[in-house]
Amino acid sequence: MTDSGIDPVLAAAAKAKGKRPWFFKDPDVERVLNITMALAMELAVTRQRLDVLERLLDQRGVLARQDIEQFTPEADAEQERQQWNRDYIARVLRILIQSAEGESAEAAGVDQAMEAVMDELTRM
Amino acid sequence: MSQLPPSWQHVGRHELFPEAGHDDTARFDFLANLNGLLAGQLAPKVRTAYEQEVKPAFEKREGRVPATRHEVRKAMATNTAYQNWSALRRSSMEMRQQTGRRLVLGQLDALIDKAERRNAEPGLVLDPNIEQPRYAAAVDIHCMPGGYHGELTDHDVSAGANYDSGIFATTGGMLGRYNDGGGQAIARWLARDYPDFKPKRILDIGCTIGHNIVPLAQHFPDAEVIAVDTAAPVLRYGHARARAMGVENIVFRQANGESLDYPNAHFDLITTSMFWHETSAKALPRIMNEIHRLLAPGGLTVHLEQPQYHEGMDPFEQFMRDWDAYNNNEPFWSVMHSYDLGEMMRAAGFSDAEYFETGIRAWVDAAIFPEAGSGEEDYGRSAQWTAFGAWKEAT
Ligand SMILES: C[S@@+](CC[C@H](N)C(=O)[O-])C[C@H]1O[C@@H](n2cnc3c(N)ncnc32)[C@H](O)[C@@H]1O
Repeated sequence: MTDSGIDPVLAAAAKAKGKRPWFFKDPDVERVLNITMALAMELAVTRQRLDVLERLLDQRGVLARQDIEQFTPEADAEQERQQWNRDYIARVLRILIQSAEGESAEAAGVDQAMEAVMDELTRM
Repeated sequence: MSQLPPSWQHVGRHELFPEAGHDDTARFDFLANLNGLLAGQLAPKVRTAYEQEVKPAFEKREGRVPATRHEVRKAMATNTAYQNWSALRRSSMEMRQQTGRRLVLGQLDALIDKAERRNAEPGLVLDPNIEQPRYAAAVDIHCMPGGYHGELTDHDVSAGANYDSGIFATTGGMLGRYNDGGGQAIARWLARDYPDFKPKRILDIGCTIGHNIVPLAQHFPDAEVIAVDTAAPVLRYGHARARAMGVENIVFRQANGESLDYPNAHFDLITTSMFWHETSAKALPRIMNEIHRLLAPGGLTVHLEQPQYHEGMDPFEQFMRDWDAYNNNEPFWSVMHSYDLGEMMRAAGFSDAEYFETGIRAWVDAAIFPEAGSGEEDYGRSAQWTAFGAWKEAT
């Protein structure tokens, strides 16, 4: 909050006066695009910060940037790093993994409608 | 390889400029590069989609090609390449506003303090009786929440500070470090072609934070300069900025260009920059009449604007240029850019003999585009505008 009582976080996110045009058939898709672009921007900010860190560490002789490029993990570290990647991808793509599950044949029951289950339970 | 935009770290700073950290620079750099991709790679795909899919489909259906930009717009609305490009463009605009506002609003108290200290020096004349014209307030122009005039608190300067901080990124640095390439270009043009022209009184209408009038005030240090705008927050910031930059010969005054209280023939030079497209069909001739009335015989009036739509311009080209009108809250843009500029000035009383129209490039300092060299030849790196105006006949 500023002395003047403005919340900079929300005030910065204010909408401009005037009807917003939506370009996609489904505005929901466009909302997701906007969130994705904001994340892309913040990822760029993080990458740039990391880049500054690497350069400063290099300049100050803590490590050489080449050390990062040529870093070859030992077996244990390799396992951990690959596990991290797998985990990460599953987090990001959860929604796709879940809908693929729903579609597979063995998964009968995964996509039962709640109403059907409700009916069933009132009958048993 | 297309030219990379200069990093925002090169933006021209002054005492009033918001203090920014690493992440603010990184955000603006992301946006400048995103805009580069949209203009350089995705906009050409929109043209291809038009030429190869949309136009042939229209032709098949109607037995002719689209005749107007409105027909093109309707036909393009459902095209995927157009939708992707537009949705990203709008998103980029909104992110730019949020980035600048977050930067500014987080330090608003400090900015107001700095401005107030500078504004205690003479040269800022506000008038709370000035109303915002409907055309400035109906929507928030180019999606700036609150427009130029909105105030979140007393003595607010946030609209000015936000405008100043983001424009370097949205234009990819093409207006120079201080975003004053238009004013610089006019000053250089006058110095080269009219070295004897020494205006005593200069008027700039719709000055915003004074980006383009400051270089003229510096070029004519003995001139008395009046810069008017209807919006107080940009004037407060603009006056403090000019003072901080050591410029003391500009009075920033809250006034409406449609009706000014100066006597006839009071000014030797009257300018506007990127102004007319933010007015209206009724206001424009009124302001032009005022200019004719206020200009002294032998004086010059000169205006910088985005290039006009010319007779016979491809409707697709017009449609692309219209994008901001519909999608970036620039409601008078298309109408203004279809006007006959010479006719506009004749209607206000300037004769054909007095009128001139030419192309002019923003002057960009070599500091941000080193390869551009002297600034004489910039290899297409700076913004290209129409400069039009008149030398009023000496009586
Ligand atoms: C696009 S900005 C001009 C940019 C500025 N000339 C520069 O060189 O950076 C348009 C400005 O015109 C102002 N404006 C609009 N109508 C006006 C009027 N009738 N009289 C004075 N200023 C006006 C707006 O408040 C806004 O600040």
